[in-house]
Amino acid sequence: MIDIRKVSKTYPNGFQALKGCSTHVDKGEVIVVCGPSGSGKSTLIKCVNGLEDFQPGEIVVNGISVGDKKTNLPKLRAHVGMVFQHFELFPHMTVLENLTVAQLKVLGRRKDEATERGLKLLERVGLSAQASKHPGQLSGGQQQRVAIARALAMDPICMLFDEPTSALDPEMINEVLDVMVQLAREGMTMMVVTHEMGFARKVAHRVIFMDRGEIVEDAQKEEFFTKPRSERAQQFLSKILHH
Amino acid sequence: MYELDWSSVRPALPFMWEGMKVTLKITLTAMSVGIALGTVIAILRLSKNGALSGLAAGYVNLFRSVPLIMVLLWFSLIVPDLIVRAFNLPRMANVNVTSSMVAFSLFQAAYYAEIIRAGIQSVKAGQMGAAQALGMTYGQAMRLVVLPQAFRNMTPLLLTQTIILFQDTSLVYVAQVRDFFGAATIVGTRDGRIVEMILFAGGVYFLVCFALSSLVKYWQDRLKVGA
Repeated sequence: MIDIRKVSKTYPNGFQALKGCSTHVDKGEVIVVCGPSGSGKSTLIKCVNGLEDFQPGEIVVNGISVGDKKTNLPKLRAHVGMVFQHFELFPHMTVLENLTVAQLKVLGRRKDEATERGLKLLERVGLSAQASKHPGQLSGGQQQRVAIARALAMDPICMLFDEPTSALDPEMINEVLDVMVQLAREGMTMMVVTHEMGFARKVAHRVIFMDRGEIVEDAQKEEFFTKPRSERAQQFLSKILHH
Repeated sequence: MYELDWSSVRPALPFMWEGMKVTLKITLTAMSVGIALGTVIAILRLSKNGALSGLAAGYVNLFRSVPLIMVLLWFSLIVPDLIVRAFNLPRMANVNVTSSMVAFSLFQAAYYAEIIRAGIQSVKAGQMGAAQALGMTYGQAMRLVVLPQAFRNMTPLLLTQTIILFQDTSLVYVAQVRDFFGAATIVGTRDGRIVEMILFAGGVYFLVCFALSSLVKYWQDRLKVGA
């Protein structure tokens, strides 16, 4: 479903954000990407739907090359859901409008169809009562659940999560993770950048560990948690698991 | 001591209202065209294409570096002739008002463009990313997500610029256009009451601008509560 082949990215100032990263995500697989801050995990996930460009390397999503100049990126992105650290709901629209705007303008769905789909997904994330409010009136956890529903409204073939719980107060993290766990159990293909190792243990198939722009470890979940091969991954795990 | 005599004002009101209509017509046209054109220039200026952004920057710098009164004069000397020829109008057709509207629109666009550019930049970059991640094209993301937020943030500044524009329209006298101010001076000169007429005109400008400024302040306070 997602194939990442030797992807590198160097900023004009010479900083190398990604160094020859290769991995893949199969259909129905849940991949957790972790690593210290500045390790390139967010950059990598943003390359998958072309929000960040990269050079050299190749990323193929559902048979379509992301880096190819001829690729219709908007069309590809319409079916690759993305959830951001800072939610990025549209503050000038109601919650329901947030869920319908791209269905109407990008997918060309009819208004009643889009509204029905939107309301159904709001119900799914437990926020039906908030449909006519504006995002600013919701808590962080609620906003992130709306953001997930907004991405799902496009009927994505896979979902990308970029640190979806990092900006949340601790008591709101679980309400978001619960939605993600449910999604994973339903078989959604997911690539998740997160430090929530509990989530990784529960639903991930594989865990990728990144450091300084490189994929240092790419292992089955059991293997990653019980006997990580690299020293850097061991250090990272000991820091975030024992305190 | 000069004795003020206001008796000229009352009978001149209908005539001055005609002038006010010209003033409003120029202000509203220059505002609408200026904001529309300014939006295009602002988007070009923010474009990654060096040629386009350079072109937009050149436009803004050109109009901001020459006195408005000169732009008005050039236009009153050149554009009327062009318009008469382009639309095949009778030779003596009066197109001074039109040429003033064109001059003000182009001039104001440069100022509006800078306000709009700042407004677009005030919207978090993540909003563009989120809109594009949903499959919107750059244009759709701009139109549906970024610009509505930008315009909400910058409405007070745009209104303030429009108040300045309203005052500046009085400069059209150099183009022989009979606006509100021009009408006041004509009556004043005719009746030998120029001081009173200009004082009266000044009072009207003050009232209109003060009312609009109060509206801007109300809007700003409302935005603060909303944020």
